[in-house]
Amino acid sequence: MTSGRGYDVVVVGAGIIGAACSYFLARGGLRVAVVERGTVASGTTGAGEGNILVSDKEPGPELELALLSQRLWRELAGELGPAAELEPKGGLVVADGPAQRAALDQFAAAQAGAGVEIEPVGPDGLRTLEPHLAEGLAGGVRYPQDMQVQPMVAAARLLRRARELGAELLFRQEVTGLEAAGGRVTGVRTARGVLSAGLVVNAAGPWAGELAAGAGAPLPVLPRRGFIVVTEALPALIRHKVYTADYVANVASGSAGLEISTVIEATASGTVLIGASRERVGFDRSPSLRVVGMLAARAVALFPVLREARAIRFYRGFRPYCPDHLPVIGADERLAGLLHACGHEGAGVGLAPATGHLIAQLAAGQAPDLSLAPFAPARFAEPARA
Amino acid sequence: MPEPAAPRPRVAVTVDGAPWSVPAGASIAAAFTEHDAPGWRQTRRRAEPRGLSCGIGVCFDCLVTVNGVHGVRACLAEVRDGDVITTEKGSGFAERGA
Amino acid sequence: MSSPPRKGPDLPNAAREPAARPAAGPASWDLAVIGAGPAGMTAAIAAADAGARAVVLDLGARPGGQYWRWGPATGDGRYHHGWPAFAALLRRFTTHQAAGRITYRSGHAVFQVEPLAADDAGGGQFRVHAVADERRREYAAVEAAAVVVATGAYDRQLPVPGWTLPGVMAAGAAQSLLKGSAVVAGRRVVVAGAGPFLLPVAAGLARAGARVVAVVEAGQPAGYLRRPAGLAASWRKLPEAGGYLAELARHRVPVLRRHAVIAAHGGERLSSVTVARIDAGWAVVPGTERALDADVLAAGYGFIPQVELLGEAGAQLAAGPGPGAFVALAGPDQQTTVPGLFAAGETTGVGGADLARIEGAAAGRAAARYAGRPVAPERRGTRRSRAALGRFAAVMESVHAVQPGWTRWPDDETVICRCEEVTLGELRTAISLGADDARSAKLLARPGMGWCQGRMCGHAVSAIIDSEAGRGGSGRTGTRDPGLAGPETLASRPLAQPVPLRVLAALAEDSAAGDSTVEDSGVEDTAVEETVGPPEPR
Repeated sequence: MTSGRGYDVVVVGAGIIGAACSYFLARGGLRVAVVERGTVASGTTGAGEGNILVSDKEPGPELELALLSQRLWRELAGELGPAAELEPKGGLVVADGPAQRAALDQFAAAQAGAGVEIEPVGPDGLRTLEPHLAEGLAGGVRYPQDMQVQPMVAAARLLRRARELGAELLFRQEVTGLEAAGGRVTGVRTARGVLSAGLVVNAAGPWAGELAAGAGAPLPVLPRRGFIVVTEALPALIRHKVYTADYVANVASGSAGLEISTVIEATASGTVLIGASRERVGFDRSPSLRVVGMLAARAVALFPVLREARAIRFYRGFRPYCPDHLPVIGADERLAGLLHACGHEGAGVGLAPATGHLIAQLAAGQAPDLSLAPFAPARFAEPARA
Repeated sequence: MPEPAAPRPRVAVTVDGAPWSVPAGASIAAAFTEHDAPGWRQTRRRAEPRGLSCGIGVCFDCLVTVNGVHGVRACLAEVRDGDVITTEKGSGFAERGA
Repeated sequence: MSSPPRKGPDLPNAAREPAARPAAGPASWDLAVIGAGPAGMTAAIAAADAGARAVVLDLGARPGGQYWRWGPATGDGRYHHGWPAFAALLRRFTTHQAAGRITYRSGHAVFQVEPLAADDAGGGQFRVHAVADERRREYAAVEAAAVVVATGAYDRQLPVPGWTLPGVMAAGAAQSLLKGSAVVAGRRVVVAGAGPFLLPVAAGLARAGARVVAVVEAGQPAGYLRRPAGLAASWRKLPEAGGYLAELARHRVPVLRRHAVIAAHGGERLSSVTVARIDAGWAVVPGTERALDADVLAAGYGFIPQVELLGEAGAQLAAGPGPGAFVALAGPDQQTTVPGLFAAGETTGVGGADLARIEGAAAGRAAARYAGRPVAPERRGTRRSRAALGRFAAVMESVHAVQPGWTRWPDDETVICRCEEVTLGELRTAISLGADDARSAKLLARPGMGWCQGRMCGHAVSAIIDSEAGRGGSGRTGTRDPGLAGPETLASRPLAQPVPLRVLAALAEDSAAGDSTVEDSGVEDTAVEETVGPPEPR
């Protein structure tokens, strides 16, 4: 049974990236269908913390993307409503010793040159900003532009706006493959039939590689597991997103082994979220007390006040990860009409509006506001043999 | 007809600073119930009264602070002589981390 | 509705070589039993009878679980059922304690059962992690060759307007007050819900001097007559119910059938409830609402088994019976799909104390055999008794099964998730944003994110979502997360109990030390008070 009507664009995936793409595409006047085998935020977004950061990005294409995206998040605040809990709380990166402080200062100075607002903080200034921080830290840097959002509600609100602008939301329908003819995408296939469209956006998160491979256009997107520990609701103790300076090094690491850095923040409901770990273990969901224990130990070292706070749960998510730690945004040269919007690793929430905006510009045939060369799918292609 | 029973031994505790005589060996929730004080906690969002709900340690509605330890399930913990019991409004966690 | 699952063995009893392993060392046991109710006690006793060393980790203060919950003031069984049987079990239990075959640790909140990598002998070992002592919260862990999870079940409460008022509690809570602390829940009590459990709750309260205003049963027990096969299966059960009804009649307690408490009212505490007649689908019959003054509403609509430890350890679960409930699949030897991990009692399906004891004994024997102890075969009559009890449990479940009409009793202001104070109106908003199962509802509106992690509200959220989507309201949706197979997510709880970060941090240190044998830490063996005696004549 084939769907009679066609669309301009089919977006595969209703996580934060798919939601942002749908919103901007619909706002641009295109006829959009979003196809998702779960419901809103069923995948990685459902395990997201809601980070909108510039602080953890070194100068380069990803930082530019993050700065653009940040501005767009602020513009979207009205569309999202208070339930999305968009909060400009700021980030505070702390150094545990003089060597780390020096590295952090150097990093921050470079970021400042690229347009990031930074406020260096001396050792004594740390506890003015965060009274419950452990003593003996070597200072840090505050990033006023860092923000927090409730990612599932944000995705849901964006999708609802997209629907109000004419998009169709098709949940609990799995895309089993792309339809193509003569080197062009013609639509997607689900159990209910074919949805025809001249453009398909691959926003399938950790499964984006699988979707692309099925279309004969493989992408090296792999899952990178992370755990988050959640405490009981506490009184307001922690004001910023606080993390240690080794966070940056960990994101850039390609190691398959366990990487841990300390990331702590409070949420509107009072719970404190503790991360962040990164492991390449496929989609293994088994609970790991060892990793969780390490996260807890580092959290308590940074905020001793948390010693008696009780963890009430921990959860895991799978970040979609590319070997060079950059997302894939742009047209696939192997299959005309296939646009990728995936591989954002742990930065998907932060980078979503910019991704959606750029994808919409591509779909409309406009020149994108940022060069997409660094994010091109073609960068993974095997070099031509002589 | 109620069963005739020997008078139960009692212990002395304080609840929010007030001295209470409570039945020895009873759960803290039972002590509140016997005292005709069925609501002893206040919720975080709507400041609504709560007390005993599931009674077996599953629901966490009955939390009290006992001798400085926050979030004790009153339906599980049994009263001890000299216990200092304080009721919780919102999160029972004290900044000192007690 | 499809026929209810017949409670009983689901997996073939695969013949298994006893694990060749060294005798349990000082820091590990043949088996760890979690829970000390009817199933847990009989499991430990059966294993100890076979010479095994068992450690029992119990959330409670003394053995007995909920069914035989008792305290210093109730050790004569005045408020209990089957007390002589419990007294006899307790004597065997404490005898084994004295001989060092059973170690009993009270006040232990087990938060994870961790299967360890198989050792050279080919068998699995388990590390059981717990927080010991509700007041001190120390870390305690034991290692054992086998684990029996006998964590029982808890009352299913249905959210209605006013149900969060102090004075509204689970039927089991009123019973715990009485059996454990000899405290009567209030002066004027309404006992409401569905299931044969309401009768002993009401009778106990009446016996203890409470004015039981009414027993309000939503089911229609005449339904038993329509299921003669199941009824014949356990003719012993009828006189028991008859006894409670006679006692309630003596106390002039009206027993209403096909009625429900659809709202609770009061300011700072309960002062009255609204009772109404309901139809077979549990929809309110308009015009039948009336008020009853009460300071206690003790309500329960069946039970939800506590299987999260089993699910997280990898045991296969199945949905049911009833909305939001999951049970562990187990063979006749009570072993789950994880070798060495056994489930007994309500964790394999709600079936009552008698069946729990049979399953517990089977689990204890099988666990001891798994740990390498020589074990005598099961007594012949046991299999027939178990089958009969299982059939009766299935009949009970179907007569008193929760019907979806209840999803119309709450209104937009009714709190559905008690922990996070999420109302039905907020849940409906989440549904409009795309929430179509308990998991997506949790992510969008927070029901299930609080202390109890969805134990109390998960079933209600599922049923309401089903009902709003026109799917009937049975709550069997569970979750259909594409990243997972089956309904596990609703029961998935990596931490079955809250754990201080200080304790989790210590786990990291243990791992870092690289020591494969966790030093036996935690509280000493708890002596059980010897104040249990025969019941006084009534």
